[in-house]
Amino acid sequence: MQSSKGFSVKTVVAIGIGAALFVVLARFGSIPTGIPNTNLQTNYAILALFALLYGPWAGLLIGLIGHTVADLISFGPWFSWIIASGVFGLLAGLFSRGIRIHDGEFGGKEILRFNIAQIIANAAAWFIVAPVLDILIYAEPANKVFTQGLAAGAMNMVTVAILGTLIAIAYSKTRTKRGSLTREA
Amino acid sequence: MPPKLLSYSDVGSPVHRLNGVTKLIAFLLFSIAGMVSYDTRCLLVMLVISLSVFYISKVPFKQYSFVLYLILIFSALNQLAIFLFSPEQGVQIYGTRHELLHIAGRYSLTSEQLFYQFNVLLKFAVVVPPALLFLLATEPSEFASSLNRVGVSYKVAYAISLTMRYIPDVQQEYVNISTAAQARGIDLSKKEKLGRRVKNMAAILLPLVLATLERIEKVSAALELRGFGRKRKRTWYRSRPLTKRDTLVIAGAVLISAAVLVITFWDGSRFYNPFV
Repeated sequence: MQSSKGFSVKTVVAIGIGAALFVVLARFGSIPTGIPNTNLQTNYAILALFALLYGPWAGLLIGLIGHTVADLISFGPWFSWIIASGVFGLLAGLFSRGIRIHDGEFGGKEILRFNIAQIIANAAAWFIVAPVLDILIYAEPANKVFTQGLAAGAMNMVTVAILGTLIAIAYSKTRTKRGSLTREA
Repeated sequence: MPPKLLSYSDVGSPVHRLNGVTKLIAFLLFSIAGMVSYDTRCLLVMLVISLSVFYISKVPFKQYSFVLYLILIFSALNQLAIFLFSPEQGVQIYGTRHELLHIAGRYSLTSEQLFYQFNVLLKFAVVVPPALLFLLATEPSEFASSLNRVGVSYKVAYAISLTMRYIPDVQQEYVNISTAAQARGIDLSKKEKLGRRVKNMAAILLPLVLATLERIEKVSAALELRGFGRKRKRTWYRSRPLTKRDTLVIAGAVLISAAVLVITFWDGSRFYNPFV
């Protein structure tokens, strides 16, 4: 499941369909905040969740593929942010590794870990990767790209913290806990 | 109700007849050259080339008109933001200052800034036609085989074609769930308070995610039953050998992007400076 040659079938399908979900939510699933041109991007909550469920490589590829396709069908590819989305998926998956959500384990400790992971991943992707690449590729003004990155990162943190956590909790409740069977005397 | 996403249709132009691999390589080369170069002359030539290829492809306007409007809005906002945040960026890059008009405070219009912002626009404009063309004029099932041909692992290539395949389905599912939720009084519009809206969104996302996870289980079981991923290689239903025309186009794309890189860095800077 780890090396790119050895993706399991389920990971391949999760990447494909996860990216499709990412694209659809990028187009239709954003919540207007009331501030013009500023929307809560629900697709990043989904990306964090899929990275948690299917691992960092799935997160990386869902971010890259999903964002590329979403950009292509809306306004053309903006490469720096596409790469940042991939980095976000990768890091969110990497730092939330070992949370056994498939076994229904998503209590207080796991919620905390998931959120620390997503905050680090968001910070790295939107405070560092996206603006630095904007400067390197497009030579855009530094204060503009860092302001944009800060705004986007902060909003994604909030979105993932609320929606991502809620959905992850709900999903964990649909799974059977390990060792939840008790033997009747 | 859901607006149609960009979709392939065969109008039989020379561009459509090209191999998917050719289009992918040309698109990638142009994107890389467009990203690296800030040389206005190169970018203009590239724009002319990509626009003429777009013209040859005969893709009907209504297939991408919607995208075009979004591009215009996006670029306009981006240009405005650049100017608001950094009206002297052009002066910094080109090292001279020709003031045309003083607006107010630290804002004044300089020819360097205008030239710089024109270049930003150009850089973006160069990449859009090949990207659209790759999407609109490549048979979807040829996507995966072309990606695999240029060295992407076939599992990743297959994942990308799964994405293209499932976007309409997931979109339909989203519309179904969200209309059902709205019929039950779950409001996502601006009439609802923000906190409430986020909560309502969760009510739509949850069934959508669970349905998607179930779909993943089903599709992966089906693929597994057919022995997907057992071997290191696979063949593709849609894969054609490269023709002479393809080799010519690839060679042309390689030459153009190489020339762009050489001309751009000839004087040691990626910017073309008409002011000195």
